[in-house]
Amino acid sequence: MKKLTGLIIAAAALAFAGTAVAGDKVRIGTEGAYPPFNEKNEKGELVGFDVDIAKALCAKMGAECTFVAQDWDGIIPALKAKKYDAIVASMSITDERKKQVDFTNPYYANFLAYMAKKGSGLKTDKAGLKGKVVGAQRATISSQYLEDNMADVVKVKLYDTQTAAYGDLKTGRLDAMLSDIYPALQWINDPANSGYEIVGERIDINDQIGIAVRKGDPLREKLNKALDGIVKDGTYEKISSKYFGRNIM
Amino acid sequence: MEYLIQYSDRFIDGTIITIQLLVTSSIIGLAIAVPMALARVSRNPLLAGGAYVYIYILRGTPLLVQLYLVYFGLGQFEAVRESVFWPILRDEYWCGMIGLTLNTSAYVAEILRGGIMGVPHGEVEAARAAGMSQALMYRRIILPKAFRIAWPAYGNEVILLLKGSALVSTITVLDLMGVTRTVFSRSYSLDLFLYAAILYFVMTFVLTRVFRMIERHLNRHLQDREQIEKRTAAQAA
Repeated sequence: MKKLTGLIIAAAALAFAGTAVAGDKVRIGTEGAYPPFNEKNEKGELVGFDVDIAKALCAKMGAECTFVAQDWDGIIPALKAKKYDAIVASMSITDERKKQVDFTNPYYANFLAYMAKKGSGLKTDKAGLKGKVVGAQRATISSQYLEDNMADVVKVKLYDTQTAAYGDLKTGRLDAMLSDIYPALQWINDPANSGYEIVGERIDINDQIGIAVRKGDPLREKLNKALDGIVKDGTYEKISSKYFGRNIM
Repeated sequence: MEYLIQYSDRFIDGTIITIQLLVTSSIIGLAIAVPMALARVSRNPLLAGGAYVYIYILRGTPLLVQLYLVYFGLGQFEAVRESVFWPILRDEYWCGMIGLTLNTSAYVAEILRGGIMGVPHGEVEAARAAGMSQALMYRRIILPKAFRIAWPAYGNEVILLLKGSALVSTITVLDLMGVTRTVFSRSYSLDLFLYAAILYFVMTFVLTRVFRMIERHLNRHLQDREQIEKRTAAQAA
C-alpha cells in the first residue's frame, strides 16, 4: 500500500512538473511561404524576419518556442483549434480578424505595391488599370483591397499562394499583381525576375502587422511586454536592419 | 447566416459556374469516352493500346495534379504561350474544363467498356446471325445495351465529377468552392462551408433524381408486364 501511495505521489509530482514546463512552452504558427518574412530554407527549417522576431520574443519571455508551418487560409482556424498558441506570420490587424482573435501591438507597418512587366507603362489608378487582370494572394490585405476598391474596373484573380501569383505574372495571365511591398521588393530584386518592376506609388492603407493569439489569452500581454523589451534593447533594430537595411516599425 | 445573405450574389455566381463546368465537361467527356471505350475493346492492338494508355494515365494521376499541369504547367512553356491555343489556355475556366473533361472521359470510357463487355453473348450472336454489319450491330444492339448496363455507374461518376470540380478553385476559378473560400477569407466564418456543403448536396440530390428517371426510361421495356397492361388499360379508359 505504501508503495502504491508513493507511486501515486511520484506520478502526481511528475504530472505537475509537466504542466510547469508546458507553461513556458509556446508554439508559434507561421506560413513558411512569404519570403523574406517567413519561408522554409533548403533544410526545411522555418526562417525569416517573422521567425527571428518570434525567437527574440521567446528569448525575452524566457519561453521555449517551437514553430509550426500552416497554410495561410487555415492559419486562424488552426490557432483557434489550439494547433499552436500565436501566429507570427506578418498578419495585418483588421476588424474582421479582431472578431476571431486578439492582436498584440504592431511589430511593423506594411504598404501595398503593384508589380508589372518592365516597361509596361502601367498607371495604377482606376483609369490606368481598367480592363486589366490583376492578381493577389487570397485572404490577404491585397486581395481585399482589390475586391473593395478595384473590382468594378479590373478582373481580380486570387491565388492560394504568393508563388502561384508570381507564376501567372510571368505567364502573362496577369497584367499586374498587388502585394505587400517588402516581399515584392525582394522578388523583383531576384535576378530571375529582373523583367519586372514596382509600378505606381506604394499604397498606404494604414496596415499594421501584429501577432495573433486566441481571444483572452494572457500570452498577449507577455508578448507585448517582450516586444517593448526587444525594441528598447536594440534587438528589433538589429533584426530589421539584417533583412531590410532599416527599421520597418 | 448574415454572410450568406451579404454575399448571396457571389454564391449564386459560383453555383452557376460549378453547374456550367459540370454540364460541359460531362457532355464532352462522354463524347470522348464513347470512341475511347470502342477503341479499348477493339481487336486492333494499336487502337486498344492507345486507349489503354490514355485511360491508364488519366485514372492513375490525381485530378488536382492534372489541373495544375494544365493551368500552371502548360503556361510555363513559351511555345504554348505563343501558340493559337493560348487564348483558351490562359483562361482559368477553360483550363478547369479541360482538366475535368479529360479526367472524367477516362473514367467513363472504362465504365462503358464494362457495359460493352456485359452485353450477353447471345445477343451479339443473334445480331451476327441476322446479318448485321459490325457498325450496325454496335449501333443497334451493343451500345444501347451497354449504356443500360453502365448507366448507374455513369451516374455515380457524374456525381463524383461534381464534387471533384471543387478542385478548380485552386487554379483561381471562382466556382462554388472558390467563392466560398474567398468569402471565408474575409469573414473567417466556418458556417460558410456548411452552406457550400448544403448547396453541393442539393445539386447531388437533383442529379441522382434525374439519373434515376432516365434509368427508368431506359429500362421501361423491362418493367413488369402486368404494370404496363394496367397502365395502358387506365389510359384507354
